[in-house]
Amino acid sequence: MSELPKARVATTSLAGCFGCHMAILDMDERLIDLMSHVEIDRSPLTDIKRFTRRCDIGIIEGGCCNEENVHVLQDFRKNCDVLIGIGQCAIMGGLPAMRNAIMHSDEPLRECLEEAYITGRNIRNKTHNVPNDPALPLLLDQVYPCSQVVKMDVQIPGCAPEGDLIYDTLAKLLAGRFRGFEPDRVRFD
Amino acid sequence: MSGFTFTIDGAEISAEEGQTIMEAADAAGVYIPRLCDHEGLRHQGGCRVCTVKANGRSASSCTEPAAPGLAVESETPHINKLRRDLVEMLFHEGNHLCPICEASGNCELQAMAYRLDMTEPTKFPYLEPCRAVDASHPDIALDTNRCISCGRCIRASQDVDGKGIFGYVGRGIHRHVAVNAPALSDTDATVADFAISPEVCPVGCIIRKRQGFERPIGEREFDKAVIGAEIERKRDE
Ligand code: SF4
Ligand code: SF4
Ligand code: SF4
Ligand code: FES
Repeated sequence: MSELPKARVATTSLAGCFGCHMAILDMDERLIDLMSHVEIDRSPLTDIKRFTRRCDIGIIEGGCCNEENVHVLQDFRKNCDVLIGIGQCAIMGGLPAMRNAIMHSDEPLRECLEEAYITGRNIRNKTHNVPNDPALPLLLDQVYPCSQVVKMDVQIPGCAPEGDLIYDTLAKLLAGRFRGFEPDRVRFD
Repeated sequence: MSGFTFTIDGAEISAEEGQTIMEAADAAGVYIPRLCDHEGLRHQGGCRVCTVKANGRSASSCTEPAAPGLAVESETPHINKLRRDLVEMLFHEGNHLCPICEASGNCELQAMAYRLDMTEPTKFPYLEPCRAVDASHPDIALDTNRCISCGRCIRASQDVDGKGIFGYVGRGIHRHVAVNAPALSDTDATVADFAISPEVCPVGCIIRKRQGFERPIGEREFDKAVIGAEIERKRDE
């Protein structure tokens, strides 16, 4: 890494479990080194909710399962030079995409929600309703990988990717030396 | 039997009459990617992941005989791209959620994706088929959402176990592997069958109950080495 001005980084969790953000923290003490080269803008780590200005790198965890995810992802694409997807959820939908394969009926979303909230065997939902608070973002028909919504520049595989892999990839990107992953370091889990 | 030589990517390989390109390559410590071929089973030549160019013509190296003077190309960017496309299509044809799969870390399809540099399985549409799990058998479950139709279980059951528990049904893109009975519990399958052993199914489709996630992350087969490393090690020795 060089003595250039600090890179501005934003992060977000879409349809993910926050495991990938935990994996970012898994960089351990190297975070201190990394923080001397980057500044964090909009991110759950800083609790900044809107971009304060344009960022060099946007890090996306999770795919798109509702309309809010799509809006946030588009906002990241608009405000970041390089978009990095981390984890299988961002790359191919991940565990939330399990619902895609059961959705072959005429009204798949209704069936899915009814089973989850009303008819499923072990459900204790006293209201017998599917949650419909207007504050809840509308669900999409399926869960989409980020790259089906916007152009993604780099995607770091794993569930979650190892802290080492995230660190090495970010360090190489900041130094302009990223040339893909070594096969023995790629993991889909 | 008379021996002869041919070349793979310019390196001289010795072979015996009757050996396939892949068998000769294995013996010489040159790994050619493969999914449907497995030691101890008859060759099927179905998955085409082992495709090479033999004297400029595409051939599946697990079925193509080695021949004196044959010039084989294997590790070229073009051929590896074809192999990667095949592996990608297998991911998109079934439902592969590695993070929750018992086979993860020991799975040949996943390991092949790593080896062939498939980090973004997003070029083709996901077919997301709807396939029921057959958990009827007390000791074995079948989750064909992960089946790649390699036919290894079919050949193992038929040729080694002498049972014929599995078979292909349907044609074209609808062809898939099924049990030769209404459900697995209606067959005489047991966990002692070669067809049910962990080495036969390359993915996480044939599951031995109560044995899932036995090896922790870091100690699984392909955590330690890239697929094919075992064969390539022979070359260094
Ligand atoms: S990839 Fe895994 S760790 Fe990351 S958000 Fe998805 S489920 Fe969580
Ligand atoms: S069978 Fe292999 S590729 Fe498919 S989900 Fe399981 S580990 Fe992944
Ligand atoms: S069940 Fe396993 S061994 Fe049998 S065809 Fe499918 S992937 Fe191959
Ligand atoms: S390994 Fe040769 S065709 Fe499958």
